[in-house]
This record gives sequence, structure tokens and C-alpha cells, in this order.
Amino acid sequence: MNNSLSIAYDFRHAPSIDQVGVEERISRLSKRSIKKESKLAALKLALSMVDLTTLEARDTPGKVRQLCVKAMHPHDSVSGIPSVAAVCVYPNLVRVAKEILKGSKVKVAAVSTAFPSGMSTRKVKLEETRYAVNEGADEIDMVISRGKFLRGEYNFVFDEIAAVKETCGLAHLKVILETGELSTLDNVRRASNIAMEAGADFIKTSTGKIQPTATLPVTLVMFEAIRDFYYRTGKKIGMKPAGGIATAKLALNYLVVLRETLGQDWLNADMFRFGASSLANDLLMQIVKEQTGTYQCIDYFSKD
Amino acid sequence: MAKKKLKNVKVNFDTNWKYAPAPESKDHILLKNRYDLFINGEFVAPKSGKYFDTINPANETKLAEVADADTYDVNRSVAAARNAYEKVWSKMPAKERGKYMFRIARAIQERAREFAVIETLDGGKPIRESRDIDVPLAAAHFFYYAGWADKLDYAAPGKKVRSLGVAGQIIPWNFPLLMAAWKIAPALAAGNTVVLKPAETTPLTALKLAEIIQESGLPEGVVNIITGAGTTGAALVNHPDINKIAFTGSTDVGKMIQKSIAGTNKKYTLELGGKAANIIFEDAAIDQAVEGIVNGIFFNQGHVCCAGSRLFVQESVADIVIHKLKDRMETLIVGDPLDKNTDIGAINSKDQLNKIKQYIKIGINEGGECYQSSCAIPSKGFFHRPTLFTNVGQSSRIVQEEIFGPVLAIQTFRTVEEVIEKANNIPYGLSGGVWTDKGSKIFKVTSQIRAGVIWANTYNKFDPTSPFGGYKESGIGREGGMHGVMPYVEISN
Repeated sequence: MNNSLSIAYDFRHAPSIDQVGVEERISRLSKRSIKKESKLAALKLALSMVDLTTLEARDTPGKVRQLCVKAMHPHDSVSGIPSVAAVCVYPNLVRVAKEILKGSKVKVAAVSTAFPSGMSTRKVKLEETRYAVNEGADEIDMVISRGKFLRGEYNFVFDEIAAVKETCGLAHLKVILETGELSTLDNVRRASNIAMEAGADFIKTSTGKIQPTATLPVTLVMFEAIRDFYYRTGKKIGMKPAGGIATAKLALNYLVVLRETLGQDWLNADMFRFGASSLANDLLMQIVKEQTGTYQCIDYFSKD
Repeated sequence: MAKKKLKNVKVNFDTNWKYAPAPESKDHILLKNRYDLFINGEFVAPKSGKYFDTINPANETKLAEVADADTYDVNRSVAAARNAYEKVWSKMPAKERGKYMFRIARAIQERAREFAVIETLDGGKPIRESRDIDVPLAAAHFFYYAGWADKLDYAAPGKKVRSLGVAGQIIPWNFPLLMAAWKIAPALAAGNTVVLKPAETTPLTALKLAEIIQESGLPEGVVNIITGAGTTGAALVNHPDINKIAFTGSTDVGKMIQKSIAGTNKKYTLELGGKAANIIFEDAAIDQAVEGIVNGIFFNQGHVCCAGSRLFVQESVADIVIHKLKDRMETLIVGDPLDKNTDIGAINSKDQLNKIKQYIKIGINEGGECYQSSCAIPSKGFFHRPTLFTNVGQSSRIVQEEIFGPVLAIQTFRTVEEVIEKANNIPYGLSGGVWTDKGSKIFKVTSQIRAGVIWANTYNKFDPTSPFGGYKESGIGREGGMHGVMPYVEISN
């Protein structure tokens, strides 16, 4: 392989992945026992990594405002609770979110490129991205063209990501592989390589609209792709599993896999995010439980 | 991928977020201060009145004292087994034998937590392994062979299958309960009675098994469990009324046993040492192969006869595999075996730790490049860092000799033919591993490596239905599966 990015990389030859081995590794890591201060630290860390998400056709400025308030102040009645990393919305609601979040550390992410299907022209995708960035989006979550990928048109997928990256300017680019449509872990690995080589700042599993959404095996394969890219280039690419991560227990499993695959440099919200909506409240319940010793009723936590 | 210098791009595993201690509780276990010999269905004191201590290798404290059986005790245990064989066990309908075995299997499952904790306390292995591997597999062996009890005729259609008599069984310290199950279950299924001697450093789970056997109502004398060191074992091997010897342990002792029973009528199976080749081809799924290397050599602190202690990596991927392996080793948690997060526990005994340290010196003196993970290890107890050697050759002693510890010797190769030759160029032949994405290569390599068990794209997988055993100096005979019944029966027309 040529080390210059200007020469096309042959993505047909992505490293092979052994699914049985991946599942065994996940099974083993899922048995790590996280207790006491270690658990509390992990719960807070996980909360600080959440991309609070609303991606529905019925989203309104009112709904987004609610979400933004929650993002900045998840549960102020208990001290020491961090704000979440970002809110994730459709492009036409970026400005609303941006106004409310002004002055806070919470970022605004916008889905783009004809999310969730990506079934549109490059022109439209770039135009939408440009619009979202101009509205103030700090981060762009794009989708890859899965149809082209499955046809083996890897260079098309690569070029599209590179073009969106260029359009993003200073905004961070997260590339959604939609692993639920890629069928094999070999494909997940190949798509991860394409996205990173094309300039992704983050790679992300899913839109949340297709089942299966994020899984631990898929996430491990993407971590390993990130690690190999780091070994080869020294560049650190971020990771975002999205969809299906609803409980604190599962979130901690993700953090264990992250810790033992990518280590310290990725254990922060700049390098790792959870794309989730209901996860935040479960994390809050567990944090309060760890601190007070009692489970509180769900009505003590805001539903947004 | 063309090679590019990996330079010093390493993953930083010194994380701010750490795992808090998560020790498994030991409140629920029952350990007596003193254990007697289990002979003829009863716990009896040794004639000599002598006992020896068994300690916890993780903190060097005494767990209990156990009886030291001498020739007199061996004689009465063999007599008890003979009596039970002649009067009860050989005459019992086969399906009734099976029922007792199912009962023992269920009792092991019911007391799985207690067995797991005691196995870890006495032997030093991580609780994760004793809980998830040793104890469930021990129960599985009893279940599996319980099924064979009334189906022996199907093992040799048209012929007669007869039991042998009294089996003398000697087991090692690396998988104490599991090895007891491997030995006792097929012997009972085939209609034999048993005198079993566990290793002197790890007798406790076998003695707990004796309690279960007593509670199960198994007829007196069918299983006898006696403790002691080498002299006790020798007395058992040399006893004239033993029909079959089953031994798992070192090749040196195996040779001594062969000599001492030469010229007698005793049948025997020996499961001895190993120095397995774990072979990584360039087309393997590399990250999963690295896991397989780790599992192959660091499972049970490397105290595994089938451990993948010789790693062969194809030269085109050697740099990346070794780089990844070193990074992976940083995440291995070495420490308190009772902690649920521990990956590598305590070395079984001080003697074994000294032996491993001796081999590290030999390896360095031979010019090997020694690498160890940077983890802290407890100051008390017997612990050893996971270690690998590069820059070693086929002639190096650490490549040729079994270390039985967490020490991996790494060699590279260029072609399939070369690696097959090197893999076979050793007195042992117990196991091996092959990692490649290409099915045809798996068949080519596995059919040419002279070893009893070869795993493809996995390592250290055990199942009661699968035979296990060695070529060459790794042993004679098979345990597990139908093959495991054969050494306990005589087949006639």
C-alpha cells in the first residue's frame, strides 16, 4: 500500500475479521466487574460522552429547546453531574439549538447527506452540508452510500466522504457506516478504512433508523480499525456507536471495550460519543443511586 | 499491506479510569482445617498420622492440612477398590452406574461457586477461569460419560466390552478438579473402580469431590481419593492389584511410570508435556489471532500442557503481530486470583516460579530478547509477569523445553513447508494452532503436524466429546469422547 493519500488505496484488500473471535472477545470483556468508585467514575464519563439525539420528522423548535436544556443541565439537583457532549438534530433545527446552547460547552451536531438513507445526489448532499455548517453546526454526521458500497464502488464512497469533509470546513465530520446494512464484519472493517482514509474525524455505527443498530462486536471491529489507522499514521480518529444503547450497564460495557482497545487517549468526549436518547436518564438514575444508595423513581428525572 | 515502521506509536493503557477491586466472596465456602484420606466411602486418618500443608499460592497462607498416604494407605485403598469392583460395581446394571454419575454431575453444578473459589484459592488460577471453564467442564465430563455407561456395546458393535478392574489415577496441579473428572468419569462409566491421587499442591477440590461422592451414595470403595506426594504415587503405580494406570503430568514422571510397569499386565494412558506451535499466517484475521496467542500462552498462567508456547509468525506480518501482542499484553491484569477482573493469577508453587525464572535466565543467556508487560505484581505470593522472547532459534532451550509458565517464544517463518518442519521438530506433539483465512491451508497444515489436537482460528477449546492426547513424548492414549472410554475397557469377540 502506498502511504501517500493522493493515490487511491485498494479497499478490496481490507484486513479480514473473524466473527467468532470478535464475539468471544466481547463475551470476555463483558464480564469485567465494575464497582464502587470505578462505577461512579464510568457513569459520569459516559454521561459526558452522550450525543443527546432527536431525529424525528415531528421535531419542533420546542422539542429541541427542551433537549438543549437537558443537555446543559441533566440533573442539577445533584452536584458534580457533567453536561452531555452534544445535541444531535436535523439541519433545519441547528440554529435553534445553537442559540440555546450559546456559552455552554455542549456542541451541536447535524445529520446531513440525505440522512438516513443517503439516497440523493452528491450536489444535494454537499448543499445540505453547507447549509448545516452555515447554520452553526459544530459537527456533521453524514451517511455513506451503502448501495454503492455493496456494489463494490469503494472509490465512489471514498470520494463522496472526501467531498463532504471538504465542505465541512472547520466542522468535525462523523461518518455513519450504517453497519446494520453492511451485513459482515469484514464490510464494517472495510467501510471504516474508507471513511478514515477519506478524512473522517469520527466513524459512527448507525443512524438509529435501521436494525441492528450499534452492537459491541461491530464497535470492537471499528475500534481495531481506528487503532490500526493510528499505528500506521499516528492520527487519532474518534468513534461513536449509536442506537440501541439504552442502559447504563451496556454503556459501561462499551467503555470497558474502549478502555482495553484504545486506552486513555480515547476515554473522553473528544474521541468517543454515545449516540442515544434514553441512555442519559438511566445513567443519571445510576449515578444518583451510587451517590445516595437508593434508586429514585423515574419521575425524579426529566423526560424530554 | 506494505511495511511501514511502526515507530513508537503505542496505545496508552495507563488510564485515569481504573477498575476497582472486585473480589469474589469466600464466605460461602466450607473448608476443614484437616482432610483425611477418602477410602471405602469414609474419611480415615493416614496410618502414619502424618499430614502436610496446602497453601494459597497467592498469599502463601495455609489453607488446610491433608493426609500423607503411605504404602499401607495405598494398599487399603486398592483393596477397597478391588472389593467394590468384585462385589458391587462390576455387577451393577450399566444404567444404574450412569445414574450415580448423573447425580455427581448435578452436585458439582449445584456447588459450582464453592468449587470455583476453592480451586482458585488452592491453585492460584483466576476465578474467571475456575468459574467459567474448570468447574463447568468438570460437570460436563461427568454428564457426558454418564451417558456412555449403558451404551458401551455401541462403542464396539458386535463385540464384547468388559471393564478392567481397578484404575490407579494420578493427576496434576494445573486443572485439579477438571483432571479428576477426566479420570474418574470414563473409568466409572466403563465399570471400573478408582484410586485417585491429586497433586500435593492442589488436593482440596478433589477432596471436596470426595464429599460429593460420599453424599451421592455411590457404593463404598468405588472411588477412593488419597493424597500425598511422589512416593504415594509410586506406591500406587507399583501396586500389583492395579489393572490400569492413568497419569497426567510431566514427561519425566511419565517415563518413570512406563519403566516401572514394563513387564506387567497393567494398561496405561499417559498425558504428558507439550510445546505447541501456534502458527500465524499472513492472511489470518490479525486482531483475533493476537487474542488467540494471548489465550494460548497466558491461559492459567501458562500452566497448560497444550499451551501455545511456541509462536510462529509469518515474516510478512511479524512486526505488526508482535507490536499488537505487546500492546495487548499491557491490558492483562495480573494479581489477586479471586478478583473477578484478574486475567493472570498466581503461579502454582514456589518451585514452579523458580523454574520459570530459571528459564527466563536461560533465554536471556541464549541471546533471546525478553519483553515483559509493565504491570505491577503483588509483593506476596508467587506471581510472574507475562513474558515473551524474540530473537530465539529452533535450537534455543526455551524453544525446545516445556516451561509451563507465562513465557512465549516467538519465531518467524517464510513458507508453509518451513513452518510445518519446525512445528514438528520437537520431541513433543500434544497440540497446535493454525490461524489463516484460507480453509485449504488449514487442512494442509493440520494434516501434516504431528500433534493430538490442532485448533484452527481458535485455541484452548475443550469439550468432553472431543478426544485429547499426545503424539511422541506428549503421551499415549486419548481422553475425552468415545476414544476416552477405550483405555478403560477390554474388547473381545
